[in-house]
Parts: sequence; structure tokens; C-alpha cells
Amino acid sequence: MTSPLLQIESLQTSFATANGMVRAVDGISLAIQRGQTFALLGESGCGKSMTALSTMRLLPEPAGRITRGAIRLNGDDLLQLPEVAMRNVRGKRIAMIFQEPMTSLNPVLTIGLQIAESVGRQNTAQAVRTRVLELLDAVGIPDPAQRYHEYPHQLSGGMKQRVMIAIALAGEPDLLIADEPTTALDVTIQAQVLDLMRQLQKDTGMAILLITHDLGVVSEMADRVAVMYAGQIVEEADRSVFFANPQHPYAKKLFASLPDIKKRGQRLAVIPGNVPSLATEFSGCRFVDRCDDAINICHTQPPAWIAETSSGGVRCFKFDAAHQHQFATTEKEKTAPGHVAERLTKDNKALLAVQGLKVHFPIRKGLLQRAVNHVKAVDDISLSIPESHTLALVGESGCGKTTAGKSILQLVKPTAGKVQFADAELTALSSAQLRQHRSNIQIIFQDPFSSMNPRMMVTDIIEEGMITQGIGGDARMRAVRVDQLLEQVGLSADTKYRYPHEFSGGQRQRICIARALAVEPRLIICDEPTSALDVSVQAQILNLLKDLQDELGLAYLFITHDLSVVEYLAHEVAVMYLGRIVEQGSVQEVMENPLHPYTKALLAAVPVIEKSTGGVERSIVSVQGEMPSPINPPSGCHFHPRCEQVMPECKINYPAERISGKTHMTRCFLYKQ
Amino acid sequence: MSHAQEKNAVKRHPGLMVLIGVVFAAVAAMLAAPVKPVILWTDALIYLLITTLVLFFTYVRSKEHLRAPWRQVMQRPLAMVALIVLSVYVLVGVLDSIHFRKALPAPKTSVQNTLTETHYSVEVLSVLDVLFGPIREQVEKSYSAPLAVQLFTKDMVEQADGSTLRMYPRLEYGGRHLDDPASQHQTDIMQRIAHAAVQAIVLWLLILVLWVATLSWKYKTGFGLLLRQILAGKTLLPWRSVFITLGVFVFLAMLIVELGVAYHLLGTDKVGNDVLYLSIKSIRTGLVIGTLTTLIMLPFAVLLGIMAGHFRGWIDDAIQYIYTTLNSIPGVLLIAAAILSVDLYISNNQEFFETVVERADVRLLFLCIILGITSWTGLCRLLRGETLKLRELDYIQAATAFGASNTKIISRHILPNVMHIVLIAVVLDFSGLVLAEAVLSYVGVGVDPSMASWGNMINSARLEMAREPVVWWSLLAAFWFMFLLVLAANIFADAVRDAFDPRVGRGIA
Amino acid sequence: MLAYILRRTLYAIPILIGVNLLTFWLFFVVNSPEDMARMQLGQKRVTPEAIEKWKKERGYDKPLLFNAEAQGMGSVVDTIFFEKSVRLFVFDFGSADDGRDIAYDIRQRMVPSLALAIPVFLVGLLLNITIALIIAFFRATYIDYMGVIISVMLMSISALFYIIGGQFLVSKILHLVPISGYEGGWSAIKFLILPVIVGVVGGIGSGTRWFRTIFLEEINKDYVRTARAKGLAERVVLFKHVLKNAMIPILTGVVVTIPLLFMGSLITESFFGIPGLGSYTIDAIRAQDFAIVRAMVFLGSVLYIIGLLLTDLSYTLVDPRVRLS
Repeated sequence: MTSPLLQIESLQTSFATANGMVRAVDGISLAIQRGQTFALLGESGCGKSMTALSTMRLLPEPAGRITRGAIRLNGDDLLQLPEVAMRNVRGKRIAMIFQEPMTSLNPVLTIGLQIAESVGRQNTAQAVRTRVLELLDAVGIPDPAQRYHEYPHQLSGGMKQRVMIAIALAGEPDLLIADEPTTALDVTIQAQVLDLMRQLQKDTGMAILLITHDLGVVSEMADRVAVMYAGQIVEEADRSVFFANPQHPYAKKLFASLPDIKKRGQRLAVIPGNVPSLATEFSGCRFVDRCDDAINICHTQPPAWIAETSSGGVRCFKFDAAHQHQFATTEKEKTAPGHVAERLTKDNKALLAVQGLKVHFPIRKGLLQRAVNHVKAVDDISLSIPESHTLALVGESGCGKTTAGKSILQLVKPTAGKVQFADAELTALSSAQLRQHRSNIQIIFQDPFSSMNPRMMVTDIIEEGMITQGIGGDARMRAVRVDQLLEQVGLSADTKYRYPHEFSGGQRQRICIARALAVEPRLIICDEPTSALDVSVQAQILNLLKDLQDELGLAYLFITHDLSVVEYLAHEVAVMYLGRIVEQGSVQEVMENPLHPYTKALLAAVPVIEKSTGGVERSIVSVQGEMPSPINPPSGCHFHPRCEQVMPECKINYPAERISGKTHMTRCFLYKQ
Repeated sequence: MSHAQEKNAVKRHPGLMVLIGVVFAAVAAMLAAPVKPVILWTDALIYLLITTLVLFFTYVRSKEHLRAPWRQVMQRPLAMVALIVLSVYVLVGVLDSIHFRKALPAPKTSVQNTLTETHYSVEVLSVLDVLFGPIREQVEKSYSAPLAVQLFTKDMVEQADGSTLRMYPRLEYGGRHLDDPASQHQTDIMQRIAHAAVQAIVLWLLILVLWVATLSWKYKTGFGLLLRQILAGKTLLPWRSVFITLGVFVFLAMLIVELGVAYHLLGTDKVGNDVLYLSIKSIRTGLVIGTLTTLIMLPFAVLLGIMAGHFRGWIDDAIQYIYTTLNSIPGVLLIAAAILSVDLYISNNQEFFETVVERADVRLLFLCIILGITSWTGLCRLLRGETLKLRELDYIQAATAFGASNTKIISRHILPNVMHIVLIAVVLDFSGLVLAEAVLSYVGVGVDPSMASWGNMINSARLEMAREPVVWWSLLAAFWFMFLLVLAANIFADAVRDAFDPRVGRGIA
Repeated sequence: MLAYILRRTLYAIPILIGVNLLTFWLFFVVNSPEDMARMQLGQKRVTPEAIEKWKKERGYDKPLLFNAEAQGMGSVVDTIFFEKSVRLFVFDFGSADDGRDIAYDIRQRMVPSLALAIPVFLVGLLLNITIALIIAFFRATYIDYMGVIISVMLMSISALFYIIGGQFLVSKILHLVPISGYEGGWSAIKFLILPVIVGVVGGIGSGTRWFRTIFLEEINKDYVRTARAKGLAERVVLFKHVLKNAMIPILTGVVVTIPLLFMGSLITESFFGIPGLGSYTIDAIRAQDFAIVRAMVFLGSVLYIIGLLLTDLSYTLVDPRVRLS
């Protein structure tokens, strides 16, 4: 084997935080070959981004510091280079793209200029310009000559990430570091960007260090995988080997905790607890507290790196010849504690019925600030949820699904339409009357960090709703109820005198659920409750939501963009595109037999975890272009500019609803009767 | 609440205990002495402010998450030094805010008069005045340089033989105890400095030992070990800096005791008043302007700012209109216009005021009110912006989903989450207001000319700049007293901002 | 854009009306013209005749808001409110207590004011930004630390001391320039050098600290990391990326003060004897000449509103995201 392009040797990076020095990266070694895609997989806070920034020597100063190790690019140790020489490495030999395309581009410079900066100074102005246009073209930005003079805010998220890639490509680097390049993007756009990266890699032969938390992305992209946990690599292998047979207990658990349709009705395997804080001093294996297989030695002694035969390795005593025998020989299958019976109430009387709901925001212009146009965030949607059912509202960002949820709750005033809950018509109530109905519907938010008042104790947070709604009895009874609720969501009752910042993201989400449950709602609107969480924690929350539904007969309106969660959890699905529902039906109907081209595209764009050893070379791009603005939606069917099966009629009229099967509704001319 | 709980409450709130003690002591002293307490308007507000502060910090102490940023402030040596400097100023200011009038000796004329009530002097004194007794009373004829034994200007002096001679006359009080100033002056000063130093060191060591002993008892650490750690600067709280600063202040206090009484440590001004005394009297004026102004403007800024951001719509429009209008008038002009009106009012209603001090005090209060009215707009705008951001946050949406009322949302969710902005604004404004006083007094719309203030000191000293040789001492005294206060306030404000503002990184201190 | 400017200008009208009502209330309602006359003429020992004469000379003998004696429009027009407050809207400032035309004085005094204020503003801005950039370049080092300490110390000194210190050092000890005074034409320079230096030095502390905060906030943003990842030199990152973005908060604070430069600087002008609008204002306050104070209040408000408008317009120059509509 030739010498690797990039070799990292026992890299150690420390980071000063309010809680003292944290060893964000603790002795990482890896090697990336030319032309290879190397995926660094891990959950948030495991140190994968710090590894990337250390390689670029772009750690935020003075907090971050590389304390040990070597990083060799073609044999030159980057850590020994003076800063001036390092500048010739950045952008030219190693380029990098970041997670947040929204903030990673300079808002006040044109994108042409920002790409030109990395093209190089030796060329003439004309040559630079030509090269920039070439690059814009190469990353698939339409109309480069015009885009050259545009500013980042004029581009969509996906386009911005393409510009970032163009900047990275400009220096013709040997290695591209992509730090969660598609995490902030929608699934159809993610597919496009991943495809672009693969294309470009094929054309230029550069190596890619792909940093991600998404097993699907790894499966689609990587040649080789390293799994990081708490600052260390715990397993490394070729992609096919890894996906066929992950070794480390952590990696195994990651796979098991992914929701999908095959696990419907079962509980998801969870990794108990949370990722440990890196500020702790570890005495044994870092995963030990969450590991089902742990034996004594795991607690007392850090496991060494054990090289496996197939050029990979794993950091676990299970594979240490000296300790192997101590582990139970038969693998415990802990995943499925029996089938939980699917509970389908025969009584399909709608608990919530939404009719023709519209939310339009005016755009004011001119001298008198007249409304000249409207953002049609939600444009005539109808849906209904029976008791103890889950309806998933699916769509990409900006399709209006969150606004729909808030307007059902009357947090945003609907422009038109009816929201019937049980016997009450919510839109017709005065604010005092509405207050009395508030306890029936509650909401859980996406961001566990902004959803609780940081100045209130947990007990006050949970009690607030009870006090406001006047339920739960006197102070003593409420206190008992708070303890009960905390235990119901899987937290111990003595956490109630703590403040939100003392909890992890998953724990906060549990408190939010307890807060909602406190007023005994019958419907909970879950607005992307797991998308800010790590996979292992997501499984815990999904299990909890499912249990609560079984126990309390709750109905959920589950707003999400994640189709695998939908498959796992929902009874019914409604797919939203640009303010309207384009397809609706039971989960079997929609997921197994999608009719609308948009639903098909969404499903196709989800990266597939391919367990077979054979390489995947399918193109995952399912749909071109991006969702247009809801201010000026396309005429006719909103989806027609992106639809591959577009017909002349699609450009003129919006298709009517058509029911097929039992409840399967589609709005597409392809299925005209 | 049971007795035991009550006791616990007191134990947990040492600030409260100290406050109660001080109040009792003050009342007892007032009742015992032949004096009539005088509570000026600003005094009352200062007491209110102190009570609020004590309650606030007692509350903060009981909440760990509120305490954490303060601990971060305290851990910075420079901030701690600034805090001690500020405390010394505040102590002087508080002593100068306990006012009373002395009883006049009862006239011994006839029997029927014994039944009449006691008459009180028209002179309003403060505790500080009493402490500075001799220094306050030793008034010379005119200018004299620091530590001088004679006047700054020549005058006709009648000699023992009856002839007059034009010379620098001896001061009435400064260096009075010297028989032959020419030979004794310098050695006397040196001796007194040495005395002061020795006393200061003894006193300082005493404080040090007692303090460290208390700490070692509290933290259950050996005395010697703790002392070594402190001297090496290895404690979490910067005790070493605290002790050094305290040492400096103890020395300065001793210096005043030793030198200030026998001489005029910082010279005298045009009418012979001791400059040191004037500078120290000015402290209260500076503090009052820096704090009461903020106290007055806070309700406006906080209430209106949050209301504008929370309710939006026409309420927002109205509040924005009010502050844009107020803001558009140049501040000095608005203050000038208002102060001129107040002046006019006061001069037309002289009979309301029993003493000069009371009159000057009302003017000071009005100055604070007017400064407050002109300075709330900035904070109001900040709070409006922050509230606009907050009201979109999920936890406020969640509260709305519970059906919580606007009052509840504002008081429980918005107010506690903008308090750090209020706090930062208050400490940042303080130094600006102290500086503003000097400028306003120069313009002629500051505090009453009869009131001791740095602005007035500068203003009168400025006129003497043309004199040869220059009368520099009162200017320099005002400069240092002001500079020290403002610098300490700025450094402390910086530390507070760093600790409370999530956006700014590490600053100084 | 034009509609925007028009709307903002219309919005200025209620604000100016508010300002006028407020000053009218302060000057004519809180204190009656009687009080004013008495104060001007010397407190108690004035005859009612003298007061009447004083009021008549200045037109303060009319009713405040409504003249019942006059006919038609006269009942509204022939009042103090109309004469003294509404007239301000057409920049008719009337005359001062000593009979001089205020509008003429303002025009005359604007020139020296600007001659002092503009150099202070420009030199100060450039110097502060430069120092702050240097400090930002050396952030988290000893230079940064010392820079901040020095600027905090500088901003803890009262403006009065900068002036007194400057006069003492430069004029009295070194005898380089006159202590105070003013002449027209080019010879004004020798009178202006010291006040300009004093003005600039006096602003370094707070200016530098403010700009440093802005720069440091920008430096921690994601796009700066992108720029570094391209391999750009720190100098380019600072000047091309950070400075350009920092212009947005800088303009917010700075542009609004530009029109107010016309108002001159109160204490500097008065200390150095420069016959500008600042010293004009101070003299008026000291002489309690309310006509001038009113005129200056109105002028200041107008200039402030222009400043707000300019601020909004200047955003379009530096921030492509802002489109005025």
C-alpha cells in the first residue's frame, strides 16, 4: 500500500471551557488514502469536528490547543509548520466545508468574489473570473454569470452549500474535509449535494474526510468508516465490513436504535444514559456506563486498540484475546421486548378536525404600508386525528408544517378555516373561552434549549400549566403530581429542584413532555421533537412517546421531516408541499405505495443503509431544483417545475383531491379518474 | 413560620442582619443624642436603594444559578479591587447621608423658658461631618498649598511691634503646633507619615489575622496553610488583592488622621475650606447622581420597553414615538431647559426650605429626575428588541399554550430573562453619569453651587488657571477622586458585563 | 426607496410636533412669561410695568394658545404658541433677548463649529478604528490586555480634564499655540489645532473600546473561519471580511451623529473661546435666553431625525441584505 495522503497520529486537542479543560480529542489516529472517502461517524460532542479543525489548525483561539500528536499531509507534519506556511496548505492542499451554509459565507461580499479569493492570485482578473464561472458551473449552479454578482442571502441553503463546495474546489485540494455538509439541508437537497460531492470526487480524485452523525450518509458515501465516541475512535473498518457486521457494542446499538418500518410496534433499542462529559477523568472504557455487555475490567481499565485482521480495528475488551472468554458467549438479543400490540381504536371519531385551514402573512409595501401580497404559509389544509392516533405531517423546511401546528393551537391566528377539537370550534372562541380549552392541546418543540425558561426550576416549569389551568388541586397535591410526572417520563423525582441548564438535550425533551402532560391534554402537537437529538437519544424519546400513547390514549400530531420516524411511529401521514397537503393516507398506503411524485422523491432521497457487502452506486438524486418561495408559488400544481412526469395540464390547474384505496388521498393529475 | 425557621432565615441572610443592625444603631444614636434627625429626599431614596440592594443580593445568594455569574465577577482580582474601592466610596457616601441638626444650647434666661421646646441649629450635619469635625471647622482665609504652613498669597501682616509687613501670613490652623516652621516643617511631616505607616501596618495586620482566621474557620482549612495560599495568590477568590487594597486604604485613612488634622493635606480653596474635606463631601453627590438617576429611570425603561416588545401594535408605536421624540432633543438642552425651570420654581418658593442644604438637595433630586428622563431611552430600546426576540421563543409559546395571561408571561418569563441587560446597563451608566455631573456643573445646570461636588470644584478652580504660580491642588484633587471612582466603576462594569452577557468574550480584569 | 424616504420624512412631522409641544410646555406653561421676566430683570424688586415692557418687547404679552380678542385666524395665529413654536417649522427662529436675529447668528456660527467638529470626527473615527483593528489583530495577547486597560483608563477621565490638561501643557507650559480665541480664515488653524487634538484624544478611550468589541464579535463568526480555511492571511481576513461586516454596527452608532456635528461641541468651544454654536448654546443657557435655547432644541431635533434617516440609507451601502421598502 502506498503511503497515505493524510495521517493523523495520536492527536490530542484540549479545549478550555467554563468547567475547566476538556480533552475534546484524545489520542486519535487515522490514515486517509488518496481518492478515498473516509467517514468519521459520531454523535454530537464526541470530538469529530475538533479533529477536523485541528487538521486545518483552525481551532478557536485561545481556547483550543493541540497538545500532542502529529498530522502528516504527504509526510509533512502540519503541526510543525509556521503559520505562514500553513496558509499554503489551507484552501490549496486541504479545503473544508462547514455544517451551516447560512452563516459560513460572508454576507456582505458577492459569491463571485468569495470564490475568486480562493482561486489564487497569480492569474489575471479575467482568468480568475473565467475560473470562478467554471467552478460555479461545476457545482451545478444555474446561470453562473448572473449568480457571480449575487450575495449569499439571495441563495437558498442548498445553493449556498454548493458555493461553499466551489470555494473548496477552487484550490484543487488533495483532501476535502466536509463537516456535516448536509445536516442543515432538506433530504432532497441533501441527496443533490451528496451526489455532487461524489461526482466531483470522481472527476478530481481528491480524498474526502466526511464528518457526520448520519449512518445513512455514511452508507451512501464512504469507503472507510471510523466511529468516534467521547474523543476516541472506538471502531474502524471498510464500509462494507462495518455495515455488514459492526463490532463495537456502541456501533451495534447505533444500528439497533434507528427507527424504521420493520421495527413498527416494537420498542426501539436504546442506549441508556447520555454521552459522558469530556471534562470527566475516565478510568475505564468510556462507553462502560451505557454498555450492556460490560464486565468488571471495563470499569477499571481503558481498553486498548485491537487491530483486526481486515485492516480495521476496535477498542473493546470483547475482542481482546486475554479477556474474550469473560464475556457471555451467546449474544444477548436485547432489542425487542416483545411486540406491543398495535392499538387501533375502532371508534374513528375525529378528536381534532381541521377544515380548510389557511394562514396568510401579509407583505406590506409602499407609503401606506398596504398589504400588496401574502406569504401563503398554510394554504387550505384539512386533516383529522382520531383519539390515540398519530398523524405525521411531513414536509421539507418552509413547507408550512410548523405554522400549521401553531395555528391549530391558535398560537398563530388562522386567516381562514375551522379547527374543531372535540366539541369546540377553536377559531370561533374569544381569548377567555379559548383559555379554558387550552389544556386539551399541548405542544412539544424541536429545540430543547429554548423551550424552557432558563430561570425557572423544573418543578415550577411543570407546575405552571396546572396553576394556570387550575387543575391538580392544591400546592401539596400538585407537588405529588410533579413527582409522578417526572417519573412517568423517566426522570427521578429529585431532579425537580434543578434548572434546565443542568440537563442534557434528551432529558430536557422529557421535561417538556412532562410539562405538556401536566395539564392532561388529549392531543399533543410534536414539532420535530427528536430532530435536535442524537440517534441514541431519539430512540429513547420515541419509545417514551409511544408508551405514553398506549397508557394515556394520547393523540399526536407529529410534525417531522424524517421519514424513518414516520414509518416507525405514525398511523397516518400527510405530506405537505408549499402550504398544501399533496398526499394523505394511512402509513401503509403512503409509505408502501406512494403515488404523488413528490412523496416518491422524498422517499427516494433518504439515504439507504445498505448492509450488503457490494458497493452502492445508485444515484440518490430523486428530484431536481428546490422548493420555490411561498410568496409566488408556481401556477397550477406547485410541484410541477420539479416534477419529472409533468404534463401540460399541471401548469394550469391545481389538481383536485382523489381518493384511492380506503383512505389514500392524492392531489396529482397522474391519477385522474 | 416557626421560631427555628425564623432563626434560620436570619442566618442565611447575613446582609439582612447587618442592615437591621445598622438601622437599630442609627435610631438609637439619634434618640440618645441631642439632635433632630433630618431625612432629606435623596437620603430617603438612598435608604430605599440600599434596602433594595440588600434584598436583591440576599435573594441572589439563595439561588445558585444567579450566584454563579457573580462568583465569576468576584474571582477576577481587578474586579475585586474595583469593588473594594467602590465600597469605600459607598461607605463614605452612606455616612454622609445620615443627616441631623444639633440642638442649640438652651438659653438660660428665665424660668418660664424651661418648658419651651429645644431649638435646633439651622446647620444640617451628617455623620461624616462629625467624623471630620476638626478638618471641617479649620477654615483658613484663602488659598494655601497642600501641607503648607502659610497662605498662598502675600498679605499685610501686623507685626508684634505694630508695624505692618507684606509677607505670606502663617495659617490659622495648618501647622499651628510648629514653633519654627522653617526648621520643623519637614521633619514633622516625615514623622507623621512614619507614624501613620506604623499604625496602618499594625491595624492592617490585625485585620489580616482576624479575617484569615474567620476564613480558615469557615472553610475548615489550617490557618497557616490558608495564609500561605493567600500570599501566593492561589485562592479561588483573589484574597491577596483584597488585602493589598485594604492595606492601601488603611494607610490613607491613617494619613488623614495624622496629617489631615495638623495640616491641610490637600491645601485649601479660595475661601479657605479644606480641599480634602470638599473632595470627600463630593463623593455623596457623585454617587447620588450615578445611582438615583438610574433608580428613577428604571421603571420607565423596563416597563415601557417590555410592553412595547410584548404587545407590539399600537402600544409599540406609541412607546417608540415617545422615546424617539425624547431622544431627538439634545440631552444637554433638555436638561438645561428643565433645570432652569426648576431654578425658577425654587427661587419663587424659598419658604418651602428650612435650610440651604434642603434646598440644594431638592435641586439635586430634580437633576437626577431630569437626567433619568433623558437617559431611559437607550435601555428601553434594548429591552424592546430583546423582548421581541424572547416572545418568539418556545418557552413563551408554551406558556401561551397553557393560557397564561400577559402579566404572568411578562413577570415570570420575560422580566427574569432580560434582567442581565438591565444590570449591565445600570453598571455601565453609573460612570457616565458621574462624569456628566462635572460637565453639567460647568455648563451651569448641574448641582447647586452651594453643594460640594467635583464639578463645582473644577469649575471654580478653572478660573484660577491663569494665576501664576498655578493653584493646582483642588483641580488635581477633584481629578483623582473622580478618576478613581469612575475607573473602579468601569472596571467593575466590565467584569459584570463579561459575566452576564452571553455574547461578549473575555475582557479585562 | 423614494417612497421610503418620503414615509420617513412624514414620520418626522409628529416627532417635531411632539418636541415643540414639550419645549412649549417647559418654557411657557411650567414657567409663565411673568416668571421669566422677573428672573431676567432681577427677582423681587421689579415693577409690574417693567415686566409688561419686557414681555411686549419680546412678544410674550400675547395669550398662550387662544386669543379671544383677535378676529378669525388671528385667534389662533396671534398667540405665543403660534408665534414662538409653530414658526420654528419654517425655521423662523425670531430674535434673541438682546435683539439679535437668531437665524443669522446660527448661520454665522456654524462655520467655526464645523471647522472644529469635522476634523475631530474624521480623525477620531480613523484613529479609533485603526487602534481597535490593531488590538483585534493581537487579540488575547498582552497587547490586547494593555490596550483595553489603557482605554478604560482614558475613558475614566472627565472631558473637562482633557481640555484643562491640554491647555495647561501645550499652551501654558510649551507656549505652542494660543490658549483660546478665534480668527476667521486660515489663521483659524492655530486656534483649532489644540481643540482638535483634545477632542480626538478625549474620544480615544471609549471609541477604541467600542470598536474593539464590535470587531471581536465579528471575528468569532462562522464566515471568518471560512475565510481562514481558504488560506487567506490574517490581514486580508481583518480588512476585507471583518471590517466590511463591522461597518454595519459602526454605521448604526456613527451616522446618526453626523448631522449633529452642526450643533458644535459645547464645552470645547466654550473653553477655547471658539464662536461656534456650542458656545452660543452655553452662553444662552447661562444668560437664560430661552429664545435661543428653543431654537437650538428644534434645530437639534431636526438634525437628529435627519441622522436617523441617513443611518437607514447608509445601510444600503454596506449591507446588501437591506432593501428599503
